[in-house]
Amino acid sequence: MKRKISLTINGKSYTDEVEPRLLLIHYLREVAGLTGPHIGCETSICGACTVMLDGRTVKSCTMFAVQADGRQILTIEGLAADGKLDPVQEAFWNEHGLQCGFCTPGMILSSKQLLEDNPNPTDQEIRHGLEGNLCRCTGYQHIVNAVRAAAKAGA
Amino acid sequence: MIPQTFEYTAPQTLEEALGLIAGGDRKILAGGMSLIPLMKLRLATPGEVVDLGRVSGLNGISENGGVVSIGAMTTHHAIETSRVTRAHCPLLAETAGHIGDVQVRNVGTLGGAVAHADPAADYPAALLALEAQIKLISAQATRSVAASDFFLDAFTTALEPGEIVLEVEVPAEDQSEGYSYEKVPHPASGFAVVGIAARIKKDGNRIAMARIGVTGMGAHAFRALAAEKVLENGGSVADAAATVGDGETPNSDLYASADYRLHLARVHAARALATAISRAS
Ligand SMILES: Cc1cc2nc3c(=O)[nH]c(=O)nc-3n(C[C@H](O)[C@H](O)[C@H](O)COP(=O)(O)OP(=O)(O)OC[C@H]3O[C@@H](n4cnc5c(N)ncnc54)[C@H](O)[C@@H]3O)c2cc1C
Ligand code: FES
Ligand code: FES
Repeated sequence: MKRKISLTINGKSYTDEVEPRLLLIHYLREVAGLTGPHIGCETSICGACTVMLDGRTVKSCTMFAVQADGRQILTIEGLAADGKLDPVQEAFWNEHGLQCGFCTPGMILSSKQLLEDNPNPTDQEIRHGLEGNLCRCTGYQHIVNAVRAAAKAGA
Repeated sequence: MIPQTFEYTAPQTLEEALGLIAGGDRKILAGGMSLIPLMKLRLATPGEVVDLGRVSGLNGISENGGVVSIGAMTTHHAIETSRVTRAHCPLLAETAGHIGDVQVRNVGTLGGAVAHADPAADYPAALLALEAQIKLISAQATRSVAASDFFLDAFTTALEPGEIVLEVEVPAEDQSEGYSYEKVPHPASGFAVVGIAARIKKDGNRIAMARIGVTGMGAHAFRALAAEKVLENGGSVADAAATVGDGETPNSDLYASADYRLHLARVHAARALATAISRAS
């Protein structure tokens, strides 16, 4: 039986009827039309589907949309304010923290979480904080550089 | 990767939740970090899912009279970072920080992890070393089961149908104690190939108390009782570590044969004990 859910995504209210088995990532991409969060592995490993739920990162392929009823979601689309990139986005841009860009929406949200929890991380702490996000292109070094630069910029 | 259809209920109170799970083909959903992957693979196909996420009173950490109580729905992240766990059961906080990754720790719960009883889960080693009690509740009764009587087999616990994990009670660690959790993570899954939780209390140069929990080695976590005795009787760390896994049948898989696992367990038991001893005062 379908259930009605109401949630806030990037500051905007959404109300929809969904099947309980609908995964949050499928809701975000196919119902809400937000294709920033990506589907990489669909097995809870790669972190490409990472979004923030009430201010903490989650893998949206491992959560049902009904669990997000009444809650606040932030996707990569909601990060830039008034056309101005978030400092973490800016740092990924400046430091070449991406190549194909597939992992980037998840990487950036995980980096934001990391800097909120620990504004001055060591390189080792950056790598530990991004353990839930895989990148097949960069070899991670430029991502670590970007997070370090964002920390320096006070993101 | 789309689960089979199911009915979903999200009760607001514990009474309501316990009434719901008293009958039928119903499965509890906590953080979903174990259940949802199984449902996506259709290894689990419950007809009805009861989400504990909106039940009030199941989430929280408090310390009272030397006992730390942790609600079933408390996340790994909260256990890793809470001031109460870090001050009164730092072994559990350290262990929580080794689970999965940040996203998994943000939603995965203590109750879900103990109820799931994965043979490679991290908490069971620490809960055995801490001599924790698991509090269970059903519509009829509550009872308390020692961690050593709770984990019975792979994915099998002392939970009866209609019962849920309510909270976990951990006797506070003594301020003078040393502790350590040493884990060999599987390179792909991050789960423990072996994990050793150690606690040490010193009396001068003597070891007055040793507690060692081992996970990843067998069907369920266990206490390395022989190794504890060796240390408490004045034996060396090397002699104690050499007895870890005696009498157990270690798991064997593509990544680690039984012999290799046993070797890893002994090497890492020695490391965990050395760290715990150096942290004890
Ligand atoms: C990518 C990834 C990596 C992981 N790495 C690790 C790791 O390194 N170490 C580790 O230990 N774990 C790891 N896990 C598992 C994680 O710790 C899970 O959070 C945990 O096993 C289950 O907790 P949950 O709250 O998510 O429970 P759920 O998945 O919601 O439930 C698990 C099971 O427990 C039952 N259940 C849930 N709550 C209760 C309750 N209160 N009473 C009775 N039954 C209940 C459910 O019905 C279900 O059968 C990992 C998971 C993922 C996805
Ligand atoms: S798509 Fe969700 S973790 Fe890979
Ligand atoms: S930039 Fe291509 S996967 Fe990370």
